[in-house]
Amino acid sequence: MENSLLFRPGHTACAGCGQAIAARLVVEASGANTVIANSTGCLEVFTTKYPDTAWGVPWIHSLFENSAAVASGVEAALKYLGKKDSINVIAQGGDGGTGDIGLQALSGMLERGHDILYVCYDNEAYMNTGVQRSGLTPFDTNTTTSPQGVQSSGNIRPKKPVPEICAAHGIPYVATASTGFPQDITRKVKKALSIKGPKYIQIHVPCPLGWRYETEQMIAVAKLAVETGLYPLFEFENGVIANRKQITPKPVEEYLKTQGRFKHLLGNPEEVKKIQAVADSNILKYNLKAA
Amino acid sequence: MKEFVEGSHAIAEIITKTNPGVISAYPITPQTHIVEDLAQMVANGELKSQFVNVESEHSAASVVLGASATGVRVYTATSSQGLFYMQEVVFNIAGMRLPVVMTCANRAISAPINIWNDQQDSISLRDAGWIQIYAEDNQEAVDFHLIAYRLGEDKRVMLPVMVCMDGFILTHGMETVDMPEQDKVNKFLPAYKPLYKLDPANPISMGLLADPDYYMETRFAIQETMKQSIEYLSEISAEFKSVFGRDYKDLLVEEYQTKDAEKVIVAMGSVCGTIKEVIDEQRSKGKKVGLLRIISYRPFPYARVYEALKDVPKVAVLDKAVSLGAYAPIAVEIKAAFYGKKKGPKVISSFVAGLGGRDITLESIGEVLRRLSTKEVNSDFIDLKPELLKEEYGE
Ligand SMILES: Cc1ncc(C[n+]2csc(CCOP(=O)(O)OP(=O)(O)O)c2C)c(N)n1
Ligand SMILES: [Mg+2]
Repeated sequence: MENSLLFRPGHTACAGCGQAIAARLVVEASGANTVIANSTGCLEVFTTKYPDTAWGVPWIHSLFENSAAVASGVEAALKYLGKKDSINVIAQGGDGGTGDIGLQALSGMLERGHDILYVCYDNEAYMNTGVQRSGLTPFDTNTTTSPQGVQSSGNIRPKKPVPEICAAHGIPYVATASTGFPQDITRKVKKALSIKGPKYIQIHVPCPLGWRYETEQMIAVAKLAVETGLYPLFEFENGVIANRKQITPKPVEEYLKTQGRFKHLLGNPEEVKKIQAVADSNILKYNLKAA
Repeated sequence: MKEFVEGSHAIAEIITKTNPGVISAYPITPQTHIVEDLAQMVANGELKSQFVNVESEHSAASVVLGASATGVRVYTATSSQGLFYMQEVVFNIAGMRLPVVMTCANRAISAPINIWNDQQDSISLRDAGWIQIYAEDNQEAVDFHLIAYRLGEDKRVMLPVMVCMDGFILTHGMETVDMPEQDKVNKFLPAYKPLYKLDPANPISMGLLADPDYYMETRFAIQETMKQSIEYLSEISAEFKSVFGRDYKDLLVEEYQTKDAEKVIVAMGSVCGTIKEVIDEQRSKGKKVGLLRIISYRPFPYARVYEALKDVPKVAVLDKAVSLGAYAPIAVEIKAAFYGKKKGPKVISSFVAGLGGRDITLESIGEVLRRLSTKEVNSDFIDLKPELLKEEYGE
């Protein structure tokens, strides 16, 4: 790959970080005429340690939970200046900054109809602060605040359905994507930016420290999440499902065994069954099975 | 042009004349009338601003932060719980050196919930890096908003400014205001030209992580700007006078009958109107009393306070806020102004009054002057109701 001018090398992401790759794909798909508002989190920290920055587009970080509102202000100012039509505004953050502490600001941004693309980089926990659970942490995941122990097999709740929550706002476009399918990320970002109004894309981004996989396995791990049905890829248009990526489902063990965060489940067929049930219900709900 | 208007409406009118690119606010009593009026002006097409109706104060402050960073003039207004809810963003705006202007319609803090006036809200955010100026009446409230933009957007300053006006007393009070004319506003307040902005033609990153090698200098820089702003306030006040004819002197303090005074009350905001009445009355009886009104609370004008009070034997500081467990907020500053100095009052007593909207009457001020004796008191509450205290303690 050639060095990017919009997302420059030299940042301090871990080897095998899915978020760094996804963020680069997003900004490159959007192009130079873009302004980004970024929430606090790994992406912000590893790209902008003063005096350096990886960003080749105008970029602002304010706080953990307000990138949707900051982007709303950027968009309103560009409208006032008569420049909005030629500039893409992107708000972005992690799963915690988006679906937990920032959910209110996100909902406000969607409901007000701003012409903004919100991108959530979903690594399924608060990674920047040391792998604590978030509302988007999957069922039975071992994190530092949902630890596995004699009384617990990890996170007690399934993932919060943030894409569906966004779709319920009736916005023109909602999609999920995965670092395992880079061209699909590019296509979805370009499609989203061709539509006026609020858009939401949630990208599954593996995290080597939090998920505990071999770094060179990053893409393979991401693909398995999709291929097992645990991370369905779909597109909603105007509140209704319009597209899904069809799969020939693999058993969930194949995904679970690649990561330390699920290690405690492998000798426990009862728990694996529950996770298989999550995948099966996704497969049914989104009609994922290839004919 | 003279108008007999409600304070909130007067603020909305003057904000319209400053032509902000983006306005964002969330309703809270007693700030609501200001933003309702602005929304109406946008709806009427009298104001070309983008008016962003947000879901919370946290987002209101974040919207104006983002818009200011994009290079346009912005406005927001809040009170009390709303200000506290946006506190994280309030500090952030100052740290990013964005010249946001906010009206704080001063109101008490919950619990118990209370919508009436005191100054606990803005005073609690004194360390945020915002310039804070307090109006005595609605003419000042109007004029101070022009001064706020002019000062905050000055390339030497680049800091946010909070114009504080007492909730209900000023926001809902009808007064005659000499409304600045548009051509004069344009003369005094040129269009905002940002030093930096989010612009694809010249991409920059804002809001970077500063580690221990870099963080302290950012705080030092704000502290230095605050100190220098003491001078800029005087300078801008002089220009204001040359355009509008109204003279706010150095914009730091107002001295009222302090020259030969034996007792001086120090206070801030609309209560100073009541205090002036008491002083006039007592002066007519030959009593040497005066008022030192603090206009700029941040930056705090220590040198001016020293000059004004150094020969006054007894000083009473009247706070409309408390620092529970410590001396009252303004009293702390006044005492600090004299520590280790050659001259100064023998007594600096501190009084707390008007919390949660309790009326500060002429009689209340008389009581302050009576209690100002040779025995120094600290955070002495005025107008307490003994019968309620009995209930509280079950006596
Ligand atoms: C109001 C507030 N609460 C908590 C934090 C601490 N904090 C910073 S980043 C972070 C977690 C970020 O998680 P996520 O949004 O999922 O992004 P990631 O780092 O995983 O990419 C937390 C808890 C903060 N900065 N601000
Ligand atoms: Mg995360």
